[in-house]
Amino acid sequence: MKKITVNGNEVDWLEGMTITDVLQKMNYTFKMLVIKVNGELVRKKDYDSTTIPAGADVKVIHLISGG
Amino acid sequence: MKKSDFFANHDPRIIPILQNSIVGIAGCGGLGSNAAFTLTRVGIGKLIFADFDKIEPSNLNRQQFFIDQIGYYKADALKANLSKISTFTEFEAYNIKLTEANIPEIFKDADIMVEAFDKAEMKEMLIDCWLEHFPQKPIIAASGLAGWGRNELLKTRKLENLYICGDEQTELQSGISPMAPRVGIVANMQVNLVLEILLKDL
Repeated sequence: MKKITVNGNEVDWLEGMTITDVLQKMNYTFKMLVIKVNGELVRKKDYDSTTIPAGADVKVIHLISGG
Repeated sequence: MKKSDFFANHDPRIIPILQNSIVGIAGCGGLGSNAAFTLTRVGIGKLIFADFDKIEPSNLNRQQFFIDQIGYYKADALKANLSKISTFTEFEAYNIKLTEANIPEIFKDADIMVEAFDKAEMKEMLIDCWLEHFPQKPIIAASGLAGWGRNELLKTRKLENLYICGDEQTELQSGISPMAPRVGIVANMQVNLVLEILLKDL
């Protein structure tokens, strides 16, 4: 089974899996996010259409109010 | 005040690097005003900062303003306060609401961006906008600084040119603002990273 890494955790990779699929799989329900796949920023409007390659390193940053 | 006197306690190798650097600060509240104070003390050549907000009494619990500045624009008041610290940093202040449309123009000369907004949606907008327009320039954001104590949870995460300081977990309860110690620590973590990036070759 091919894998991807999400914030350091190994997750099973599925053909055609999108950013939205990964967020659901990880149960990440935060609204304000910054996501990088293999170092590249993915814009919010592209979460449904961006597919993740096998072996990818996905970083999800949760932005919290306060400053 | 002579420049050599102001910088008398600095390592002489770092002075020209810092003096030739421009740092942007998006927001002049708890994070931004504290970061600006420290960036001025370290001797950054120029700071560009913006905020549309005016100073309220409740801001004084963590922001670098004074009672007689209540009602003034934060960016203007910050410039006035910083000018009392040093004449060796140039200050460019904007009383303006930052948007995706004006950020690239206002901060085009900045070498590094310090994200200092309060609201998560503004943080998201800025990071998205910055990485889109200036992918080669570092942006240092803050996420998770509410409450008090728990020093050990405050950390830095590096994702290429995007850095995140904070605990990445403490949500702000509605109507409760952060407090001076933790917001000050995180603002100074951001500034400390600015130095690490600017002085990496020393």
